[in-house]
Amino acid sequence: MTLQPLTPAATLERTRLSSLDLLESEAIHIIREVVAEFENPVLLFSGGKDSVVVLHLAAKAFLPGRVPFPVLHVDTGHNFPEVIRFRDETVARLGLTLEVARVQDWIDDGRLAERPDGTRNTLQTLPLLDAIAAGRHDAVFGGARRDEDKARAKERIISLRNEFGQWDPRNQRPELWSLYNGRHAPGEHVRVFPVSNWTELDIWRYIEREGIALPPLYFAHERRVFRRDGMWMAEGPASPPRAGEQVETRLVRYRTVGDMSCTGAVESTAAGVADIVAEVALSTLTERGATRADDRISEAAMEDRKKDGYF
Amino acid sequence: MTTLAPATLFRFATAGSVDDGKSTLVGRLLHDSKAILSDQLDQIAHVSRRRGFAHADGIDFALLTDGLRAEREQGITIDVAYRYFATAQRSFVLADCPGHVQYTRNMVTGATTADAVVVLIDGRKGVLEQTRRHLAVTALLRVPHVIVAVNKIDLLDYAEAAYRPVEAQVRAVAGELGLSDVHVLPVSALEGDNVVDRSGRTPWYDGPALVKLLETLPSADELDRDEEPLRLPVQIVLRPQGALSPELVAADPGAVDRLRDYRAAAGRIASGRIRVGDRVQVLPSGIATTVAAVELGGVPLAEAAAPQSVAIRLADDVDVARGSTIVAEGTAPEPAKEISAQLFLLDERPLATGDRVLVKHGTSTVPGIVAEITERRDLDTLAHVPADRLHVNEIGRARIRLAEALPVEPYRVSRESGSFLVIRPADGHTIAAGTVDG
Repeated sequence: MTLQPLTPAATLERTRLSSLDLLESEAIHIIREVVAEFENPVLLFSGGKDSVVVLHLAAKAFLPGRVPFPVLHVDTGHNFPEVIRFRDETVARLGLTLEVARVQDWIDDGRLAERPDGTRNTLQTLPLLDAIAAGRHDAVFGGARRDEDKARAKERIISLRNEFGQWDPRNQRPELWSLYNGRHAPGEHVRVFPVSNWTELDIWRYIEREGIALPPLYFAHERRVFRRDGMWMAEGPASPPRAGEQVETRLVRYRTVGDMSCTGAVESTAAGVADIVAEVALSTLTERGATRADDRISEAAMEDRKKDGYF
Repeated sequence: MTTLAPATLFRFATAGSVDDGKSTLVGRLLHDSKAILSDQLDQIAHVSRRRGFAHADGIDFALLTDGLRAEREQGITIDVAYRYFATAQRSFVLADCPGHVQYTRNMVTGATTADAVVVLIDGRKGVLEQTRRHLAVTALLRVPHVIVAVNKIDLLDYAEAAYRPVEAQVRAVAGELGLSDVHVLPVSALEGDNVVDRSGRTPWYDGPALVKLLETLPSADELDRDEEPLRLPVQIVLRPQGALSPELVAADPGAVDRLRDYRAAAGRIASGRIRVGDRVQVLPSGIATTVAAVELGGVPLAEAAAPQSVAIRLADDVDVARGSTIVAEGTAPEPAKEISAQLFLLDERPLATGDRVLVKHGTSTVPGIVAEITERRDLDTLAHVPADRLHVNEIGRARIRLAEALPVEPYRVSRESGSFLVIRPADGHTIAAGTVDG
């Protein structure tokens, strides 16, 4: 086999598959490997765009059959109502089984205590681990991407968790070629990240290409918001404005969807997916930097939460 | 559709020894390609100031890639960090690998999927043992392209006379290791010379800048993989029977009857292409049949090529399951019950003749016994020396007997069909990376 010297133009001409095609193929391969090798996988499904894309990829991997595993939602009780509606519609449309772990139940029976600042984001870890154990899940799909955070940049695609749900970042199993080794002891499980290598822009371009439905709050809409820590927070029962915080109506959208008490909106006029693709391509802030109060705590906030078993 | 995005994907790994400026180079690539957004830059600038970092631009780029607390505390890279950036030509996946001997196995993780490896050298120090080790790993894994960046050329006064001996050293080592496609270039990661653009300060260097190289080298997907014979390891058989997608049935109620006996072999094409009507054989039985349909997400395609994930329906009711491989008729490799291979030891415990292992190849995992360890490669001298066991971070050669025959091919011919994992049955750990000889 001889190779012609390649100019950039020739490289493009020879390309058969786009970067999105390659990312999709990689993700479908990962999802099929896990379904073939594990007893009881589950997909963490919040209604957020990354988990929606993973669910779409799972559907594509098994069509014309249905997605062969249930979905699990850790419900903080502080979710946006339109996201919960979207979650339920999606589950019904695809004929999925939905498992819900309600943080409120753990607070009510004393296994968890409400934090003084009212945020429940960090309280999700225990209900998550309990739900994984109760469902006897040995593989847990998630929508985390390596470009989100520098601790996530270190994560394997298939990543072992010990029986306490902990991640040991200093002693990760080597991950070679696309030969995934998911062997684990009873009580341990793996977290699986099929869109590890996707960027926020890839996610949006794929949503555009595939025509994937999303909760409406990803698109520009008018909302009653107030300014806190440089972010626009929605007025709601879980996030009341404090003294001095002025509530006003703004045209906003959400770049990430999480707990109402710690997820901020950005001002935007992007009404459709194409507008968002353009907006994300030009953004000078990361999505977590722009919208997540929980990741502003310290340099190692995500690493610490992940070590404890967080998503 | 918007056309903002580049069309192709290129994966590369960076490796270097301690203090050769790898983090600065990675930071420079990300910074100059605008992949670092302002909140990240603000954060690392803030931490850099707090720690009294005294660099030209006042920013310690290592803070960007060293994502673990332990890494930042020790100032070293322990595990691979994946970073993403794009130019007008391409999207890049950058696997930033550790340099320390102790963590060489993590470099193997980053390099197995790479289209290119960028090895950094401090131009003042020349080729070190770690450089040889990184080049040996690159040679073992047959990464398609090797780029050696001779860094800190600014500290050598941009002098050709200082660069050429280092280049000659690199080419000598590359020759001994059998590396063919090696690009050597002088850079200053700190000053940006020959990183994004050709530098006016090295007029004697007539090759392209680093980013130009990364933009123009063909990726593994572009290297005629689809012209090779078809190899499709079957991951799973899709047999939905009653459990059809409700969305599909809602849109097309006739699907219930039509798809009652639907059966397809799903997997990712390792090499070659597959078209409706192609004659194929299903291994291990070797029974021949015809491709009735090629599908992706339930949608029929006329053909598909490596590395697409597809589902294949066959004309005859042949035995096909996870672990089967679909190959073009008449091209089937001879299944082997014994393999001779190079191994890279990844585990703290040594591997010795007589050890019982599991071998994971494609979509099969079979028991094996290490029949013989024949030699190990001394990474100081690059000589092959006799050995009967291998220790962590060592490269050696072994024969492994298998409980069941596997359709292996030389790694030289196929990165997919020639690679395997060695797994310790007792705890399931991956203890070695294997590449089939021949």
